[in-house]
Amino acid sequence: MLRLVNLELQKLLLNRASKVLIFISFILPFTVLILSSIKINFFGFFTLELGELGIFNFPIIWHITTFFASYFKLFFAIVVVSMIGNEYSNKTIKQNLIDGLSKKEFILSKFYTIVFFSFLATVLIGVGSFLIGLYYSSYTEASIIFKETEFLLAYFLKLVGFFSLCLFFGMLVKRSAFALAFLFILYIFEWIVFWIVAEASNTDMAWKVKNFLPLESMYKLIDQPFQRVLMTKYPEKIDMAYDYAVHWYELVIVLGWTALFVFLSYRLLKQRDL
Amino acid sequence: METILTINNLTKKFGYLTAVKDLSFTIKKGNVYGILGPNGSGKSTTLGIVLNVVNKTSGDFSWFNGEVSTHNALKKVGAIIENPNFYPYMTAYQNLKLVCKIKGVDYSKIDEKLGIVGLLERKDSKFSNYSLGMKQRLAIASALLNDPEILILDEPTNGLDPQGIHQIRTLIKQIASEGTTILLASHLLDEVEKVCSHVVVLRKGEKLYSGRVDEMISSNGFFELKSVQHEALVSLLQNNPDFISVKEEGELITAFLKKPMDASTFNTLMFEKGITLSHLVKRKESLEEQFLKLTNNI
Repeated sequence: MLRLVNLELQKLLLNRASKVLIFISFILPFTVLILSSIKINFFGFFTLELGELGIFNFPIIWHITTFFASYFKLFFAIVVVSMIGNEYSNKTIKQNLIDGLSKKEFILSKFYTIVFFSFLATVLIGVGSFLIGLYYSSYTEASIIFKETEFLLAYFLKLVGFFSLCLFFGMLVKRSAFALAFLFILYIFEWIVFWIVAEASNTDMAWKVKNFLPLESMYKLIDQPFQRVLMTKYPEKIDMAYDYAVHWYELVIVLGWTALFVFLSYRLLKQRDL
Repeated sequence: METILTINNLTKKFGYLTAVKDLSFTIKKGNVYGILGPNGSGKSTTLGIVLNVVNKTSGDFSWFNGEVSTHNALKKVGAIIENPNFYPYMTAYQNLKLVCKIKGVDYSKIDEKLGIVGLLERKDSKFSNYSLGMKQRLAIASALLNDPEILILDEPTNGLDPQGIHQIRTLIKQIASEGTTILLASHLLDEVEKVCSHVVVLRKGEKLYSGRVDEMISSNGFFELKSVQHEALVSLLQNNPDFISVKEEGELITAFLKKPMDASTFNTLMFEKGITLSHLVKRKESLEEQFLKLTNNI
């Protein structure tokens, strides 16, 4: 396993474009996190300190940081599709196989790398949130700090699932740009499914169906935190209450998609003549 | 002799096109094999199948008597297919390092093999800056990294200039002389004739011949003759049981031998019969002529 990750890391880190993108996808969310946590003084007119809003309190900080950080996954998604696209355009996939890498190992080396980077991103966000939380949070008891750390697990699975989807699209169309376009098409497709089901029955049913589709199920892992922030501000408004927790079945759906995408990528490669 | 590769009734269909049809042959250790065939005869497809990049339709093949899985067997094989495929943004050294990681070879081999192909001074240049000849030589270095049991080369001199072709051929001969088994696919006959001891001839995916190169050129050769006494010479040759056939092309007479005879014996014979020759050359059919005969006659 280490050998396969090591192989892929060499391919990625010696390529300037993917090196820059990897750097961005890790550093940017981190920088945003740090910047948002410091007190910004707008030329003496007013000071903006997000920490004052209570969003850096434990345990809500886990929810907020993972939700916003996951938007930066798109940068690494480009790396994932291009690491497949490049293998095809340079025909190095053929040479790799001739040199004695099996088709299974080829897919696994990509998947392990995805897991590796997702894990790294999770650790970074975890440590960052922890430190900022310690600094701002009004509550510092261990039981509260580590409450809701399941958002980190959800974040990790969200990344692994999304990148596996990219891996599959990359294998399917062999070209990076088209693979990214497929992501967009899938996004539209999910809304079309939603619309069809909504027409046929009702909106509730449509949401239930959409929650099973790949992109929505990954998005659903970490629900939007805005409403929750408002809830903490106005606890008396009960009608704003919603279910923002990470549920086991949401994790299972995403795990299912991940397994399917990795398996399908392997099947595609196995049946293909290079 | 140790068997390296066995191919049994291998067939590959691309849709309704049959690229390889019921092909069987065996590669033994220590020989230099050539796969000959016109473009599109299934050479590359056959190599693609045994190299794990093309799926077979039916039949089977086994490396090293089937003792290891194909992808592990390939770690003991060195192969280059048509164009050298490397990562353009990596240097030669980095590319070979990656191959070492795949094959599980020690990095110390890199400099040694780059030295053999004469690229040691350029090892830190990016692959994208290499000329085609250098790329091809790097591919050979990469194929040699694991000191392979067998070296598979598919059209190694394709697209190279005369110097490049010469360099690659010298390299191949040098490697062959060290006892490495080689499988060389080519449509260049003199290439195969110069390097190989055994040959498999393919046409439209079918095997036409497989065996030793010198047995393929099995005829006893022929004489090219000219003489002022043209008529007398022709009738003499036609009545001589040692010759199979006599062909006339203007002044030039070509007489095909039934059994071995050298030029001086023939000259003495003619002299005894009172015929003086103005032109006498003994030749053997080249592989090219044999090959054209084989591929056209069926």
